[in-house]
Amino acid sequence: MPMLDTLRSASRRRFLTDTARAAGGCVLAGSALAYLARDARALPADAIRPPGALDEDAFLSACIRCGLCMRGCPYDTLKLAELGIDGAATGTPYFTARDVPCEMCEDIPCVAACPTGALDASLEDIDDAQMGVAVLVDQENCLNFLGLRCDVCYRVCPVIDEAITLKASHNSRSGHHATFAPTVHAEHCTGCGKCEHSCVLPEAAIKVLPVRLARAETADHYRRGWEEKDARGAPLVEGVIDLPDRLPGPGTDNLVAPGGFEPAFRLDGAGQ
Amino acid sequence: MSARTHSPAGAEARETKGWLSAHRYLLLRRASQLFFLALFLSGPWFGLWITQGTLAGSLTLNILPLTDPFVAAQSLVAGHWPELTALIGAGIVLAAYALLGGRSYCAWVCPINPVTDGAFWLHKRLGLPKGWQPRRGTRLWLLGAALVVSGLTGTIAWEAVNPVTMLHRGLIFGMGFVWALVLLIFVFDLVVARRGWCGHLCPVGAFYGLVGTKSVLRVSAPARAACDDCMDCYHVCPENQVISPALKGKPGTSPLVLSPDCTNCGRCIDVCAMDVFKFTLGSTTP
Repeated sequence: MPMLDTLRSASRRRFLTDTARAAGGCVLAGSALAYLARDARALPADAIRPPGALDEDAFLSACIRCGLCMRGCPYDTLKLAELGIDGAATGTPYFTARDVPCEMCEDIPCVAACPTGALDASLEDIDDAQMGVAVLVDQENCLNFLGLRCDVCYRVCPVIDEAITLKASHNSRSGHHATFAPTVHAEHCTGCGKCEHSCVLPEAAIKVLPVRLARAETADHYRRGWEEKDARGAPLVEGVIDLPDRLPGPGTDNLVAPGGFEPAFRLDGAGQ
Repeated sequence: MSARTHSPAGAEARETKGWLSAHRYLLLRRASQLFFLALFLSGPWFGLWITQGTLAGSLTLNILPLTDPFVAAQSLVAGHWPELTALIGAGIVLAAYALLGGRSYCAWVCPINPVTDGAFWLHKRLGLPKGWQPRRGTRLWLLGAALVVSGLTGTIAWEAVNPVTMLHRGLIFGMGFVWALVLLIFVFDLVVARRGWCGHLCPVGAFYGLVGTKSVLRVSAPARAACDDCMDCYHVCPENQVISPALKGKPGTSPLVLSPDCTNCGRCIDVCAMDVFKFTLGSTTP
């Protein structure tokens, strides 16, 4: 019996050390794997996910990296990220707007091809896609901002006059021309990237950015007084006296000093 | 090769059965591996679209969806409920390998298999020591770790490193630095651990092993009485711990290879001069 006991305790000891070793190895390997898997979440700003893609976190739990969306894309827009070359998680689909933008197919074949729902099948109208948001990142070099009529980003926009409009203003440099500023309206922008692709500058002045980078978020408690007033159809606080505005210059409704006053100094470029 | 105590494994079978018969399943297996690769490559290479996608998920002839069930399982653990297409695809693959032996995937389909087989061949040629031999069960631990990490990080964790799908995707869509990963596995199997990757570590193989526990297609040793103890089957078998219970079992025990580790590669059938082994259907009858 003592010998049997020794045997039993020896095998028990062996079992325990083996288990501890395996568990330790697992924790080590698992930590390395977790590091790699989390590292893969850092999507570069110029890598745009296909239309209908879930939020990046949800996307990485859903995309099996099969490449069927890429096969579905008739314009070879989509690429699969290659290990050690592209920044996106290896094997996941993305496109670079400056190279090949999304053509916004009406039947959205990439979404139809996705077997897992990483590209959300509930996206039925491509105009509702939000792959990113175009941002005019460099007003100093944008030709339109310089006063020229380039207009290319505006003209190629598939949602022209909604996603991008031209906002006219006085060209204060020449003094007698207009500046037509390309202006993006994020709620209509699909992030297809045609504007970035077509920008005539060697480096695009307008770029599609991920929503998280492109958009600010107003605080929940913030209310726009004029909108609330319109919604209510009346002033929000009763009995507030609307005082007359004090404006400079003669001929205004400056009731405090009828006839107005002359500013004490002149601003350069003002009132030419 | 004077140090060898006997002729190379399979030499006897070559003499008695002829070269072709002694390499039958090896050749079939290579053909199968090429066939499955060709299904995916004929489209991008020649415009002949048969199967689109990769081993992780595919669509054949625009009708048959297939999904790697291990990838789908990680996706589920990570918190995503896949669309029906992917679930059906995973179900079909699970059913197929439950019948054919889960690890048939390893021997007949997986693109890493030729790499590790090549490493093993060179390893034998160079007469290298077998090196680090972690327990065969290590892969099950890794399988568990991959699922746990998927759950904790909310990603399909193993796909961040999985050389199987990476090599397959690399061949079809573009390689990047996947070749370095494949080279790493080759070197690992060659000098660090004999049969190290597929035989001890790969959680994909471990998963398919579990799938095939009740497999119908199995290797059996019905003529085990004729065994002349040449040990050739043990030499060529990538999971040679599975042979003994079937081949050396006491009279009355099943001659079936019952271990889910068996990859159904059939190499033991090839190299046996006494024709002890054969493939059988039915998990209970010999």
